[in-house]
Amino acid sequence: MIPAKANQNLQTTKSGRKIRVKNAAIGWSFVIIATVMICLFYFYPMVQALILSFQSGTGTNLTFTGIDNYARLFKDPTFITTVKNTVIYLVIQVPVMILLALFLSVLLNNKTLKLKGVFRTAIFLPCVTSLVAYSVIFKYLFGQDGIINIMLMKVSFISEPIQWLTDPFWAKIAIIIAITWRWTGYNMIFYLSALQNVDESIYEAAKIDGASSFQQFFKITIPMLKPIILFTSITSTIGTLQLFDEVMNITKGGPGNSTMTISQYIYNLSFKYTPDFGYAATVSYAIVIMIIIFSIIQFKVAGDKNE
Amino acid sequence: MSKFKQIFSYSVLILASVISIFPFLWMIVSSTNKSVDVTKGRLLPGSHFMQNLTNLLDTVDVVSALINSAKISIITTVVAMLIASLAGYGFEIFKSKSKDILFNFLLLSMMIPFAALMVPLFRMFGSISQTVSMIGIDTLAAVILPTVTTAFLIFFFRQSTKMFPKEILEAGRIDGLTELGVFFRIYVPTMKTTYAAAAIITFMSSWNSYLWPLVVLQSPEKQTIPLLISNLGSSYSPDFGVIMTAIVIATLPAALLFFIMQKHFVAGMMGSVK
Repeated sequence: MIPAKANQNLQTTKSGRKIRVKNAAIGWSFVIIATVMICLFYFYPMVQALILSFQSGTGTNLTFTGIDNYARLFKDPTFITTVKNTVIYLVIQVPVMILLALFLSVLLNNKTLKLKGVFRTAIFLPCVTSLVAYSVIFKYLFGQDGIINIMLMKVSFISEPIQWLTDPFWAKIAIIIAITWRWTGYNMIFYLSALQNVDESIYEAAKIDGASSFQQFFKITIPMLKPIILFTSITSTIGTLQLFDEVMNITKGGPGNSTMTISQYIYNLSFKYTPDFGYAATVSYAIVIMIIIFSIIQFKVAGDKNE
Repeated sequence: MSKFKQIFSYSVLILASVISIFPFLWMIVSSTNKSVDVTKGRLLPGSHFMQNLTNLLDTVDVVSALINSAKISIITTVVAMLIASLAGYGFEIFKSKSKDILFNFLLLSMMIPFAALMVPLFRMFGSISQTVSMIGIDTLAAVILPTVTTAFLIFFFRQSTKMFPKEILEAGRIDGLTELGVFFRIYVPTMKTTYAAAAIITFMSSWNSYLWPLVVLQSPEKQTIPLLISNLGSSYSPDFGVIMTAIVIATLPAALLFFIMQKHFVAGMMGSVK
């Protein structure tokens, strides 16, 4: 009797374990395709790029050259220019866009505002255009005799056309304006939905305490939305560090190399100049490192304010 | 709200809306005007649209570019939905410590810039070309494969699955459905809105993607819409009316899709950061 019962218990635990093992196998089979695909098309190429970054040569004739490529980075004026350009885009465009998006979302969040849906759709509209399409449109808008110069001259804002695309300074400004146009509405939507979760009574209390709209914005809205601001600033940073489509289609990196980004330089090194895949891979690791550094900085900045 | 604040709000919002819409208006108006009029800064609609369209069809093969783009975007969307939702479901429903570690590891891929993948991927597909030319350089498969699985979509589906009532799944199992049966018969139909949001995001990014197709597609008859527009835009003697017509055609499908499914689109974006 007793041994029989013990035997039975043993059997149930055995089959129980079998079921668990089977369940685990089913669970893994759901995630296996995605895992293989991401390893194959993201992580494996990154390892390949790392190996490549220690090699040099043209086309398929590659030889190991140790850290030569990395030493070359610091002496390469084009690389330094592209890093400078990319950082300029980043430190000017991302904060301007985020503040603008926050400001617009606060205005739109007003309960008594009429035509809210119209404004929201209009400001979000740029997000439906493809990067190439809007870049080509902006290229012509900013042309020497483009519509922007025509209009600015009509209202006597300027007396002669601005060299938007042929002056190194104005070309950067044109690119920054274009990116801001495309992405402000996108970020605004995130803030708008976050604002809807903010308790109205906080603002009421602040008003009673005599806080101005300006103070309410900086002392309440921004701290309340911090997590979403952090999220959008990191995605914008990653996006800006990879900037390619706009620059390629608005200025082609010119005049000179004055608007060229790191991504475009990698493209040129691999497919436009005599291909040097090894050095291109080294430059691409520079972007990876910059993304890591900027993300850490943003987390740090956000974290400090928390305390 | 004080009078001053109200006027201020409305003027800022109107200005922002006008700036946002202006390039669209200019694009649409320009597609109906002659190139000469566009350069003169004409802002009134003309009657030259059909002529621009005919010229466009004569100079470049828009139709096959549209077909290529449609093929790539539709296949990408369908396959991406399948792979990402299976994984998002698997990570959430069959949760375990080791799977969570794997999940976080996969999320790291979101930090990898495409520019860093471009060269090794190009070499990978270059070497595949020699053995299996079906998926090598200059094929639609080569455009689709590297971009079809994204950690973002897996994350998106996992987040949405968190709110899924798991008792329904158990009911399905008791009714004798297999695990795949539970997924396709119960999970997929109930998650329609999540799929809609994910599909729009995927379709739009695929329809608009530029860098990887630029690298991997080489023959002109394989080119996609963004490549065609980029080529038109960089010509030395551009016909503005024709180019703007091409951009209108390229932007319309995505814009229409957006307006039809606007609610899902915004919900989808939000879902990604819940």
